[in-house]
Amino acid sequence: MARGIRDKVVILGAGCSKFGERWECEPADLMAEAFEECIADAGIEKNQIEAAWQSTGIDAFSVGPGAMPLSMALRLPYIPVTRLENYCASGTEAFRAATYAVASGACDIALAMGFEKLKDTGYGGLPQRSRGVSNDMYYPNLSAPGMFAQLAAGYRAKYGTNKEDLKRAMAHVSVKSHANGAKNPKAHLQRAITPEQALNAPMIAEPIGLFDCCGVSDGAACAIVTTPEIAKSLGKENLISVKALQLCASNGEEGGFDNWDGSYVATTRIAAKRAYEEAGVKNPRKEISMTEVHDCFSVTELVTMEDLGLSEDGGAVKDVLDGVFDADGEVPCQIDGGLKCFGHPIGASGLRMLYEMYLQLGGRAGERQLADPKLGLTHNLGGFPHQNVVSVAIIGQYDA
Amino acid sequence: MVGITAYGAYFPRLRLQKQVIADANAWFDSGLAGLAKGEKAMCNWDEDAVTMATEAYADCMGRAPGQTPAALYLASTSLPFADRQHSVIVAEALNLKTEDMRTMDVTSSQRAATSALLSALDVAAAGHGDAVVVASEHRHTKCSSREEMLYGDGAAAIAVGKDNVIAELVCSFTQATDMVDHYRAEGAVADYGWEERWVRDVGYMGILRRAVQGLLSKAGVEASAIKHFILPTDQGRVPGAVAKRLGIADEAVADNLLQSAGIAGAAQPLLLLAHRLEQAESGDLILVSGFGQGCDALLFRATDAIKASKPEMGVSGYLDNGVAEENYNKFQSFNDLLVKELGKRSETDKTAFLSAMYRNRGLVNSFIGGQCTECHTVQMPKHNYCVNPECGAYNTQVDHPMAGARGQIATWTADRLTFDFNPPAYFGLVKFDGGGRIMMDMTEVNPDTFDTGTEVTVHFRIKQIDSQRGFRKYFWKAKPVA
Repeated sequence: MARGIRDKVVILGAGCSKFGERWECEPADLMAEAFEECIADAGIEKNQIEAAWQSTGIDAFSVGPGAMPLSMALRLPYIPVTRLENYCASGTEAFRAATYAVASGACDIALAMGFEKLKDTGYGGLPQRSRGVSNDMYYPNLSAPGMFAQLAAGYRAKYGTNKEDLKRAMAHVSVKSHANGAKNPKAHLQRAITPEQALNAPMIAEPIGLFDCCGVSDGAACAIVTTPEIAKSLGKENLISVKALQLCASNGEEGGFDNWDGSYVATTRIAAKRAYEEAGVKNPRKEISMTEVHDCFSVTELVTMEDLGLSEDGGAVKDVLDGVFDADGEVPCQIDGGLKCFGHPIGASGLRMLYEMYLQLGGRAGERQLADPKLGLTHNLGGFPHQNVVSVAIIGQYDA
Repeated sequence: MVGITAYGAYFPRLRLQKQVIADANAWFDSGLAGLAKGEKAMCNWDEDAVTMATEAYADCMGRAPGQTPAALYLASTSLPFADRQHSVIVAEALNLKTEDMRTMDVTSSQRAATSALLSALDVAAAGHGDAVVVASEHRHTKCSSREEMLYGDGAAAIAVGKDNVIAELVCSFTQATDMVDHYRAEGAVADYGWEERWVRDVGYMGILRRAVQGLLSKAGVEASAIKHFILPTDQGRVPGAVAKRLGIADEAVADNLLQSAGIAGAAQPLLLLAHRLEQAESGDLILVSGFGQGCDALLFRATDAIKASKPEMGVSGYLDNGVAEENYNKFQSFNDLLVKELGKRSETDKTAFLSAMYRNRGLVNSFIGGQCTECHTVQMPKHNYCVNPECGAYNTQVDHPMAGARGQIATWTADRLTFDFNPPAYFGLVKFDGGGRIMMDMTEVNPDTFDTGTEVTVHFRIKQIDSQRGFRKYFWKAKPVA
């Protein structure tokens, strides 16, 4: 394997807008809000940015195609700007592009900006949209919760878990994230909920109820990256570096061949394995301090704990209910509230997760601050359990 | 000898209880109570004359791909397109060998099916080969109308040929007369009819009776010799009265299934024929009439082989396989008879990309997957590369028809967020016996018994309706094995 990206690139600054139903804001306003925080944190001038990547998921309901939205929103100085879309991993993809650009030496300082304006559709949930000309002819009449809900059916069938236990664990996932989100002024949903509320919420897609679903919101998040050397030359201390950046895309085997049982996400397992190798992590449960995973739905987070190797196969229900992933647990998950409380403005989510890990690693997470975190892992899962794109990123103290 | 070689039928699973129609409309027309007995077969939202025709053909001929009838005729007055030949859709959904095959839609009259049957018999008699007539009907009716109480949805198929004949054609007679007992104008939702008493006296007792008499004299057969008399009508007492006048025995009169299925329009003559063929004994004379702008009358004699050919389910089987539906609003919604709020998720553009649909017709119309000639792995859809990670061979896939396959549910959900005409939308991953799997929609799910492991078969159904452009897309759905 190549030497990988470990410790070649550091985060110079990061920013995140308030997420929520930003009825009064254009995407440009959200970008500016995140960027002003980010550039102040980085301590550089705008004209020091040499290249930028913009991630947006659904152009039809937002700013349209191309990279002009970012370039124009920030009045960037005629630099190369590229739009990226890779399902729910888009934000991490923009970060990966900026990181690779800096690591290659093609540029010294690069910006990754992710944003999405989801609340202009006129209804709740993600926009109903085409999956492609030919795909629409045979794909099921799906919604995102409907596709992810099937993980529950696959999981129950594999482990013989009864519906009630699984649903209780799913409820705990949401209750935990709401408790975390309640401490985050940038989260969309800032109210704690009870297990009863989660268990008794209206059914969306069996067995996913309303509180098993993440919110839908508008938001932007960004990061400026450079090399450790340049960061030091700019007077930065306590650097946070990229330890691993991995991506895995399905090739159709899970949905088309007979070796996948629907109880896990194959790509997460592959991406995680590569990321741990790249970061030099041998025992994730012990070495990873905290995670921000793709909790689009509670059941997704639950199986992701197994896919990331943080729980044994078949052990996530118990671990979740035992509080292993709670704020005061062994490996806190969604310490910022997760997609659950931030919502999932698709292009922004990966960068929003990295923003929280960056804050935590720098000891700047305020009321949510965890004790002495060393490595933070982020995970995005775009598409459906049987065919998807997964990203896994690990960041940590540069000198550690 | 030319005659019938096989028969089959189809009724939708849902059976609307007539009492609920009468109750809902009693404030307006208390007279409907007199017709409120029993139930009628009602299409699910994803069924129409085309999908039912496919099922009826399969009931008659089986689902084995590559059958080679010389002709496939589809009779109906409720076909979804004014200009697109539906018999071809049916032929592709059945994966028939369509090279050098005649297809035709026969429509615009309640005797469309009997006329199509006459033509099919001519095809066989001329030595072109076997022919299959499918008749299918899904008529819309006005709220609180007599037709709403009486019409039902259904389909039937009759195969004809020279070999393995179970009922030979004895004679036929057709009278063409422009008597407008009812009509449906172009673009009209429902029929407009005239007084039943006039239709009875001048139509059935007049035109139809004389045509039957013409047939009997032409054949030199006594009325009393008829063992099965098929007179399709929504007027309950008419068949018995006409039979009596003709001298046909009362027990020969075929039940119009008014209280168990409803009158399936142009499909009714063949449905009743398929029903009586189930009961016929060798030597029985079977007289079928079709009434509409005149009358077709056909006389068949059951052969010694009559018991040799049985449909998969048949009229009786499907009659026994219904589920009572007591939601009148659902019936009206499925038939687009209400100005209904479907939600913004229903507004997504549903353009059918016709060129892409054409090149994908193997998958879309015929449910054909691929099989690797090197490792024999089956995959759905067919692909350039084998999906087996141990193989991965390029360009080794041959067509693998899967429309007759059985499978099991691997993962599933019941989705209340996505737009569906009949929520929740059931979909999930289906694994097929013999290999292959696909994430697909499901239909006719019983939530009380459905879970992973449930056995399913696949069926050709409506996938999406583009009301903006008047198009409907079809695809295959998994249906739990009853």
